[in-house]
Amino acid sequence: MKGIMGIKLGMTQVFDEEGRAIPVTVIHAEPNQVMGVRTKERDGYEAVQLGMGAIKERKVAYQQLKDWGRRGLTPVRYVKEFRLPGATELEPGQFVRVEDAFAPGDLVDVIGTSKGKGFAGGIKRWGFRRGPMSHGSKYHRRVGSLGPRMSGGGGRVRPGRRMPGRKGHERVTVLSLRVVRVDADRNLLLIKGAVPGPRGSLVMVREAVRLRKGAV
Amino acid sequence: MDYIKLVEEDQMRTDLPDFRPGDTVRVAVKIREGNRERVQTFEGIVIRKRGVGLSKTFTVRRVSYGVGVERTFLLHSPRLESIEIVRRGKVRRARLYYLRKLRGKAARIRERR
Repeated sequence: MKGIMGIKLGMTQVFDEEGRAIPVTVIHAEPNQVMGVRTKERDGYEAVQLGMGAIKERKVAYQQLKDWGRRGLTPVRYVKEFRLPGATELEPGQFVRVEDAFAPGDLVDVIGTSKGKGFAGGIKRWGFRRGPMSHGSKYHRRVGSLGPRMSGGGGRVRPGRRMPGRKGHERVTVLSLRVVRVDADRNLLLIKGAVPGPRGSLVMVREAVRLRKGAV
Repeated sequence: MDYIKLVEEDQMRTDLPDFRPGDTVRVAVKIREGNRERVQTFEGIVIRKRGVGLSKTFTVRRVSYGVGVERTFLLHSPRLESIEIVRRGKVRRARLYYLRKLRGKAARIRERR
């Protein structure tokens, strides 16, 4: 099963065989515990729940702790579901390690929570164009017209109108990134390029579902 | 534990001499031409060292046929064959950008030691 979750540690660069410097994101993926399996017959879809991260028992809800205890599972901080082929072959209590999941050269998708940008205007948030900054225009970075006036169903702002507001801190998936190196001893995954989210945030890595436009 | 540092240290080079801005060095670089590989040398004054860890770089300046040429190398790059210190220079700052404005005699650097 080609999926694992980990903690984004940050970026650096490594040299390939030809001496080129490759920008990489380092992900710390401790062995993920299989917490549960979703099957077609029982749940209508196939997936595996993976858990990771040490946590104090008193921080886990009592019911949850009991359930995990009954099934012989160690408490974990994070639980995520992976809908991937081969998910049902796993048994709860098993561990998925980085080197089992990926090998150098694999194409993967990385899912994370992007960095929060705070309250952002239309230009940064939606890519609107700005007006002239000079020549007395007085129309610099505003959103502009929100729609027609009365005739033809106007007179109101249509739902979904793109406006300034909170940007970032949302789920983002980056498609088809190359695995550069797998460090089994340190449980590290080096992936070429940038990955969503700040350092220390949780990211899910899975086998690429499709190629990104213009990718490798 | 700082895993990023560990990842970088795996590739760091320890075989290179310690040099400073102001030193004159001869850098041998492996160059690929098609599928042939050869070594090219570049000699000049180190005018800058920057960066930390694996991405540390240094810039070498030389005047070639009256034209100033500067090349920046990744210090830990496996493409660097060797670095040879030709002369140690005594300078009073870390970035020797002022050399760009100077020619000939004025662009000399006192020897260190």
